[in-house]
Amino acid sequence: MDGAVIGIWLAALLTLGIMSFVYRDNLYYKICEAIFIGISAGYWFITFFWDSLYRIAWIGIVHEGRYVLLGGVILGAMMLMRLFGKIGWIARWPLAFIVGATAGLKMMVYFTTNAMAQIHDTVYDTVTAFSGGDLYNLIGRLVILLGTVTGLIYFYFSKEHKGIFGGVAKVGTWFLMITFGASFGYTVMSRMSLLLGRIEFLLTDWLKLVK
Amino acid sequence: MIALLRVAKFVVSLCSLLFIVSFLPGQSVYSQDTASSVNNLPPITVKAYDTENDAGSSITVEWSDPGYWRREGFNGYRLSRKNVASGIEDSLDVLPTGHVLHEDRSVSDDSSYTYTLAVLINGANLTSTSTEVVRSSKQWFDNRLTWVLILGLIICGAVIYFIESAKRGTKLFLRRIAGLEAIDEAVGRATEMGRPILFIAGIQDMDDVQTIAGLTILGSIARTVAEYDTKINMPVCTSLVMTAARETIKHAYVTAGRPDAYNDDMVRYVTNEQFGFVAAVDGIMVRERPAACFLLGAFFAESLIMAETGNSIGAIQVAGTAMPAQLPFFVAACDYTLIGEELFAASAYLSGEPRQLGSLKGADVGKAIAMIVILVGVIATTIASAWNSESMLWIENLLRQMFSTG
Repeated sequence: MDGAVIGIWLAALLTLGIMSFVYRDNLYYKICEAIFIGISAGYWFITFFWDSLYRIAWIGIVHEGRYVLLGGVILGAMMLMRLFGKIGWIARWPLAFIVGATAGLKMMVYFTTNAMAQIHDTVYDTVTAFSGGDLYNLIGRLVILLGTVTGLIYFYFSKEHKGIFGGVAKVGTWFLMITFGASFGYTVMSRMSLLLGRIEFLLTDWLKLVK
Repeated sequence: MIALLRVAKFVVSLCSLLFIVSFLPGQSVYSQDTASSVNNLPPITVKAYDTENDAGSSITVEWSDPGYWRREGFNGYRLSRKNVASGIEDSLDVLPTGHVLHEDRSVSDDSSYTYTLAVLINGANLTSTSTEVVRSSKQWFDNRLTWVLILGLIICGAVIYFIESAKRGTKLFLRRIAGLEAIDEAVGRATEMGRPILFIAGIQDMDDVQTIAGLTILGSIARTVAEYDTKINMPVCTSLVMTAARETIKHAYVTAGRPDAYNDDMVRYVTNEQFGFVAAVDGIMVRERPAACFLLGAFFAESLIMAETGNSIGAIQVAGTAMPAQLPFFVAACDYTLIGEELFAASAYLSGEPRQLGSLKGADVGKAIAMIVILVGVIATTIASAWNSESMLWIENLLRQMFSTG
């Protein structure tokens, strides 16, 4: 029996083990779960060790002389200070650095793509639709305009949702829920294709019932 | 009714104002182009300059063809580059009709270059022109994003103003968020049933703002848990989140006056692998049967699997994420869902910290600006298109310039 056949049998048995959770929690599932978690944790440890510590830090600093990487190594070492009770507070500094640096770096990207570009497109696509002469496009654009403005009102937290404001926010909620419904259906169908992929593997590669 | 009248009055006033302004006189912004004669053409003009608003290593070559492209047998423009220091010449490209500029992104900021543009007729150089010596450099300020800076400063200014107001003791109003009231109810139910609480802060690391919001809410929940003496269980999939979550829960227990009840095992690392983590969480759910599950953070394909398993064990579930594709699953399978920015609002609402409250109020100013700009933009641009009003065109161009991000 060659390695490929053993691999297919293992994959098939583990697939069935994970799928058995649909019935109820059982020993078979627990074994598969433990194998999955253990292997994945080990895999990530090795990946981080070779990719980050060896390839980036060790080769970068020792062989290529990129001493700027020492900053990352020092921050990483500071994280380990948690293991030493009295100086455990040092571990908070790299955390603060990561959170602060990420917020600063992402602010511009979010502001330009999620705010500025969206406002620009909402205004100009609507106006283009007015002059385009395509009725369906115009209706679609007006729906997007209405959905954007009412959605923004729903997410406005400085005013209670009462009266006219509450009514407009309610329209925003409807827009959100209809969007969620459409997204739900779309994603469920894509998950079906994943399930079909596993069933196809079991029937074709494992049982050879389908050619 | 009064509010309705005020809104109607505002809209009518805005439309009237824009309508009146639309008839103000203005100057024509368009000009007519003139055709050139094909014969007796002057030399082609070429200029090369450092590409603006970039991070260096780029030179733009721009030319103006007086009409060579109309000649019979025209094959295009051959662009070549010469490194001044080394003398090495490279043929870059042959560009067809219609091209008036080329961005050369294969240059070094340390070298100077000259460019030569030749007009190809029947495969041979008819005429060629060289540029002045040029060198690329990086710019520290991207002029295209000036309006982003201005609007960012306005919103940041609003945030700072509200933070300072909150620090001075001004009570900042935030509307009620339905999902939040369920948190105390869920913790109380777990206490009564003698079952634990399960908290999942998503599967992203600490560099995701949703994880940070989830951990802020965890602080509030952990304080209630400590007061009620309930058990909290938090599997995580990244080491940094584990560290931060332990700090958060420990702080909550200290604040609640029960530091002795805190245990590091309340937060445990499982694996970084997405579905390995899901398998573990599902196992914990069905074996420990928590009375309440909190799913607050950044989630991906695992959202429905977790939410469905939590639903199947009859736990009260409060979820929250800003991942648009996962929200439908939480809405369908959980009792309460914090939608998008509600997750961040909940974090501010629960913590009551001036910094968070101020940020939220500042963001509200940004939303108000966005709504006004969208409405004014659509009305102004529509009037500009319908009546060809140049005043409205000016507003349209201004808004286009403001919200164009390059």
